[in-house]
Amino acid sequence: MTRRTNRLLITVCAALILGLAGWLMLNALRDNIVFFYSPGELTSQLKDGRQLRLGGLVEEGSVQIEGLQARFVLTDGEGRTEIRFDGALPDLFREGQGIVADGRFQPDGQFIAATVLAKHDETYMPREVADKLKERDLWQEGAGQ
Amino acid sequence: MIAELGHFALIAAFVLAIAQALVPLLGASQREAGLIAARLMTVGRWLALLSAGLVLAAFAALVISFIRSDFSLALVAAHSHSAKPLIYKISGSWGNHEGSLLLWCVILALFGAIMARERRPEQPLPAHLLPAHLLQARLLQARAIAVQGMIQAAFLAFSLFTSNPFLRLAAPPLEGRGLNPVLQDPGLALHPPMLYLGYVGLSASFAFAVAGLIGGRIDRAWAAAMRPYVTLAWAALTCGIALGSWWAYYELGWGGWWFWDPVENASLMPWLAATALLHSVRVAEQREQLKSWTVLLAILGFSLSLLGTFIVRSGLLTSVHSFASDPARGLFILLLLGLAIGLPLLLFAWRGPQLAARADFPPLSREGALILNNILLVSASVIVLVGTFYPLALELVSGARITVGPPYFAASFNPVMALLVAAMGIGPLLVWRGGWRPRAGLTLLLAGGLALIGTGFFLLSNLLPGLQIGHKISPAGLAGIALMLWLGGSILADIGLRWRAGSWPKGRARRALSGMWLAHFGMVVFLAGALGEGLFGSEKIARLTPGDTVQLAGRLWQFDQVVQTNGPNWTARTARLSVQADPAGPARQMRPQIRFYPASQQSTTEAAIHSSVSGDDYAVLGEGSEERGYILRLYRKPLVGWIWFGSLLMALGGLLALSGRQKLPEAG
Repeated sequence: MTRRTNRLLITVCAALILGLAGWLMLNALRDNIVFFYSPGELTSQLKDGRQLRLGGLVEEGSVQIEGLQARFVLTDGEGRTEIRFDGALPDLFREGQGIVADGRFQPDGQFIAATVLAKHDETYMPREVADKLKERDLWQEGAGQ
Repeated sequence: MIAELGHFALIAAFVLAIAQALVPLLGASQREAGLIAARLMTVGRWLALLSAGLVLAAFAALVISFIRSDFSLALVAAHSHSAKPLIYKISGSWGNHEGSLLLWCVILALFGAIMARERRPEQPLPAHLLPAHLLQARLLQARAIAVQGMIQAAFLAFSLFTSNPFLRLAAPPLEGRGLNPVLQDPGLALHPPMLYLGYVGLSASFAFAVAGLIGGRIDRAWAAAMRPYVTLAWAALTCGIALGSWWAYYELGWGGWWFWDPVENASLMPWLAATALLHSVRVAEQREQLKSWTVLLAILGFSLSLLGTFIVRSGLLTSVHSFASDPARGLFILLLLGLAIGLPLLLFAWRGPQLAARADFPPLSREGALILNNILLVSASVIVLVGTFYPLALELVSGARITVGPPYFAASFNPVMALLVAAMGIGPLLVWRGGWRPRAGLTLLLAGGLALIGTGFFLLSNLLPGLQIGHKISPAGLAGIALMLWLGGSILADIGLRWRAGSWPKGRARRALSGMWLAHFGMVVFLAGALGEGLFGSEKIARLTPGDTVQLAGRLWQFDQVVQTNGPNWTARTARLSVQADPAGPARQMRPQIRFYPASQQSTTEAAIHSSVSGDDYAVLGEGSEERGYILRLYRKPLVGWIWFGSLLMALGGLLALSGRQKLPEAG
């Protein structure tokens, strides 16, 4: 083979592989991003069963735990969403504290969370939650001690 | 007093680093390579050694202040506590932003010092009397030291002006505020230094790339001079990432080993680029091809490690690691990043056309295989980059908040890496300039056979539930198993066939070859661990009251009670559990805890883990009370330890190959 055909072959192969990688990436990006909302921003359209991330404060007095099932209300001062979670709540899950719940609305209108994230420690809070709370004036430094 | 000495050493090191950035460059740019040029270059070397000594002294001063719990230093007061065990007082000195930045400077300066060491006996000859290849080596060394000096000066300025670790408090407190308890862990004492060795090591290959561009000479000797630094940085980065992953596995108690957290991604991107560089620099050294590409990769690698630092230090992306969220610091690193990418690229645009070497090899050659390796690795790092920054970009543009989670990476990163593993089974069987090694066909046949038989077995166990594997394996999982067996088979068959034919290389070449095999086999071991954990792992979450038992993956767990225990600087709720692998065997005690650290008012989850070659038993205690019972998360994680063992093998393989590198023929 001549040098020219070699170079051409290599360039074509490289372009094909790069194209494949780009296609995989765009596909993955289209199918796998999850939007973040606070309870006040939810519309009925969003309750069609797609995956969502909800963030807000756990309403005081709303937590009910039965066996492995936990129910609580997430609020941002404008809206309330009842959430069901089957599993182990994080250690730092407390009433009145900011959390993020990842999950879907069921046809009966209940939000079932697949994961619940709380502040990792006293100085870390999911940034989405902190920003939303600041917007709504619910933020207190060192909230949820 | 010690802190002032440290502060002074840091200032002196900064001044020397500026001189180090200028003097050798001045020497190397002399039109006449005479005695003055030689003197200037020698001074440059001494500057590099001296400034390394000073940074080291500053760091020692900081560590001593931590050991002595000198709470008059703001940093010590904020991050230490007199009741902390000694090792965590020491590791606490880099468990915070200012200290870790100083550690970064130390390693940067150490790499400068390694570059500055004289490899041959000092030759008193004026530079113009040196043989041409020695002169070129001197010039390259001088320029690389200067570039390293520029990076050092920038980072020391960063430390001194935005994040000075030696600031005093007017009113020292009696007691410190303690260190984040999550960070009080032996794994974390080692993880940052190792990771930094990797991150910062990439500064050395960057310095060589820029030095080559300044001198306009990118040749085999250049690639040979750069390769040890690339290998060292890569091996350290591999270990650092593995340590971080291991730490997350046992300390965070989430039961996973990789979370696609922005900070993990920040270390993975430079690793992917460094892996590509490690392979392309071989082509540049062996065949004097892919030179411009190698220069670009070296620049990209260090830029990605700066980007990683930027992510961690700015707190721009949500992460458990964001212990410093200060826009001024983020801005400084962003500026540095702009300079570190922009200036070399300008230089490259100017010098690039001179470097062009016409590619001259068929696609089916060692060179071709290494190009494929590079394309795939760079694609993978772009995929990680996009997944990490897309949420940020979208929020800036449209205000929408999104997360890109593990499913994205599974759908894009994994297939690209799968292609890479497939190619790893073939590439080493190709020879330079095109063609196959002897017995390559047989090797591939054996590898393919092993992959088919192994995958067939798991496919059968999917179809016939009687075979008792207990897990249905997805098509992607089957593909993973096939690829792991393919790569493992190819390496073992290659070794076996070479051994039978007696075509075993000798001396250094043997070490180089064994290093490559070891590193590639590390990948097989890693894959076995990742697949074992991912495809065959079991977990159960249960609320248990004393006396309850749980069956999981053939093991019997029994929950006895939860008791109160005390440690040196914490109190804990500890669950007493036992796990029994077979009914006749002994029961193993497991003690997962929730610890509370009164000094910092924080609590941590301590998983109980029992590790063995075949896998780990893993238990985490959750909330609960005597009446309601306690939530326990129990896991069986087959082969999980192989993930980190495989990573270690990769790093060791790199070092072995490094020890076996060939001396270039000293052609004049």
